[in-house]
Amino acid sequence: MDIHEYQAKEILSSFGVSVPRGGIVYSPETAENKAREIGGSKWVVKAQIHSGARGKAGGVIVCNSPLEVAQATDKLLGKKLVTNQTGPEGKIVNRIYIEEATDIDKELYLGLVFDRSSESIMVVASTEGGMSVEEIAKEKPESIIRSKIEVAVGIQSFQARELAFGLGIEPELIRRVSETIVGCAKAFSELDATMVEVNPLVISKQKQILALDCKMSFDNNAMFRRDKVSELRDKTQEDEKEVYASDRGLNYVSLDGNIGNIINGAGLAMASMDMIKLAGGEPANFLDVGGGATPEKIVKAFKLITMDKKVKVILVNIFAGINRCDWVAEGIVQALEKIEIKVPLVIRLAGTNVEKGNKILRDSKLNYIEANTLEDAANKAVAALKR
Amino acid sequence: MAVIIDKNTKILIQGFTGKMGTFHAEEMIKYGSNVVGGVTPGKGGQKHLDRPVFNTVKDAVKHTGATASILFVPPAFAADSAMEAADAGIKTCVAIVDGIPSHDMIRIKRYMRRYSKNEKMTLVGPNCAGIISPGKSMLGIMPGHIYKEGKVGIISRSGTLGYEAAEQMKNLGIGISTSVGIGGDPINGSSFRDIIEKFETDDETDAILMIGEIGGPQEVAAGEFAKENMKKPVIGYIAGLTAPKGRVMGHAGAIVSAYGESAVEKVELLKECGVTISKNPSVMGETVKSVLNGKRI
Repeated sequence: MDIHEYQAKEILSSFGVSVPRGGIVYSPETAENKAREIGGSKWVVKAQIHSGARGKAGGVIVCNSPLEVAQATDKLLGKKLVTNQTGPEGKIVNRIYIEEATDIDKELYLGLVFDRSSESIMVVASTEGGMSVEEIAKEKPESIIRSKIEVAVGIQSFQARELAFGLGIEPELIRRVSETIVGCAKAFSELDATMVEVNPLVISKQKQILALDCKMSFDNNAMFRRDKVSELRDKTQEDEKEVYASDRGLNYVSLDGNIGNIINGAGLAMASMDMIKLAGGEPANFLDVGGGATPEKIVKAFKLITMDKKVKVILVNIFAGINRCDWVAEGIVQALEKIEIKVPLVIRLAGTNVEKGNKILRDSKLNYIEANTLEDAANKAVAALKR
Repeated sequence: MAVIIDKNTKILIQGFTGKMGTFHAEEMIKYGSNVVGGVTPGKGGQKHLDRPVFNTVKDAVKHTGATASILFVPPAFAADSAMEAADAGIKTCVAIVDGIPSHDMIRIKRYMRRYSKNEKMTLVGPNCAGIISPGKSMLGIMPGHIYKEGKVGIISRSGTLGYEAAEQMKNLGIGISTSVGIGGDPINGSSFRDIIEKFETDDETDAILMIGEIGGPQEVAAGEFAKENMKKPVIGYIAGLTAPKGRVMGHAGAIVSAYGESAVEKVELLKECGVTISKNPSVMGETVKSVLNGKRI
């Protein structure tokens, strides 16, 4: 789960990380007052969307008066911002963060992620802040320094110090930079985060250490014990169909193609998408109804797929184990009594009682194309598209 | 004996009296697995499915001599149950449950560092289908009848894709020594490398099929291990050719976040390690067959 910049800043400042003074507004009317309340003579108006690279997309505006702040807020609110991370449909701006401007002397990069090889938390830092970590790795790989946190004991002061000295920080600022690194590491460990990124972490001309932009992501599996974090979810930043799916216990990812698919199991779903591609088609989605493929989940899956106007063919591929093909077939027949399908439908069943399952489908009034293997199913789906 | 479990392996069900635990314990017993009892705290002393229920794993081990367990407990309690099994001397523990926080998985693995290599439990999963040695024992939730007895080892992150492979192989007359589902989470108990190493020394396994997917470094780590240390042929398939970068594809661990984690990159790296790649998921069985027949495709 992702959160907004301003929410990440609130969390990190509670762990001792310094951030510029700022406040959130939802309307241009309140923006002017908010700017006065924050004080100073220069402000930055920042669109809050779940994406980086907002600056390049016009989502960050520097203002020299409270009036300009109000105008900038008015301009951004309700707008869809398209960045290189949002996809072509962009993300809607419903919240604006107003922040006092910072006189930047140096920009650093600080990030924390899980390292899957060592199964620990990895701190990544660089003197080349402001660029994305991928760009830094490509253009200035020698600037990157790393440190592994031993999860059982948490980050140690010496590790934070080593990183700070490694960044070439001047001696009188080492303590503040170390505290910032320790704060981020504690927030990561204590809140079930999967990513903390401060980019840039700046040294201001007044020698302050400030987190200028912050991003945090959290482990969805841990939300049962993170009530405060889960309250920060902003569904307006997620794909509508993906929200519909996650509310109904389905694993769904919206894609660009036109062959909709309903599969049980994440691995089999990815494999089926690959077969569609190899057959010359493009999947419209990834959809895993769970290994069990219960009739309830299948009904929900059909509803979801038919919401997607891009879909021109539907491919159902279920490997039934303990749940049996005859039971799955009955579920499909029942589902399609309730939902009208206007596009060609290809169904491939495999596993336990496959003959019985196929017989139930054939004996029903269902208009569909039967397929036997994964390859056969993908070929028939692509052929149906061309008809 | 087969790798990891065999006909005599004494099995405990953790979360025995719950709905999931009961259903799958019955399936395992039907298959012929030697289920000797189970654990549900607070229900010790009762009988369930004609087998004793214990309050703690230690009690259960003491009275039954069990060496394996399978977890059917909710995600919030799974880490605690796995550590309890490790501490009670269980040698193989399978965690079926989907939804264990990554921070908890790391905690379990750090906790297990307190045991010497000989005493250490093999944890398989979470978010997996479990282990089956066809004709001998099933410590999992798979449909046992689709697995034919034979000499190919399977290691798979995905459950249903592993079933797909087993059925393709059965249709071609190829049997399986043991199939291990290692699960779809980013941090798991056993990696491809951990299991492939066990297959290399297993007399009953001639070749290994590795079914991977996007995300993480484990398939390539196993490929590198195989190149340096193994004589048995390894066949591989990687799912997720069409998966977009940076998106989680159902499995929490199926996300491309670094170089070498996409399907195309993994396939290239595995080929360099001498792994024979199944070019698509429809020909996993045929690819295994051609390797067994001595042909490389």
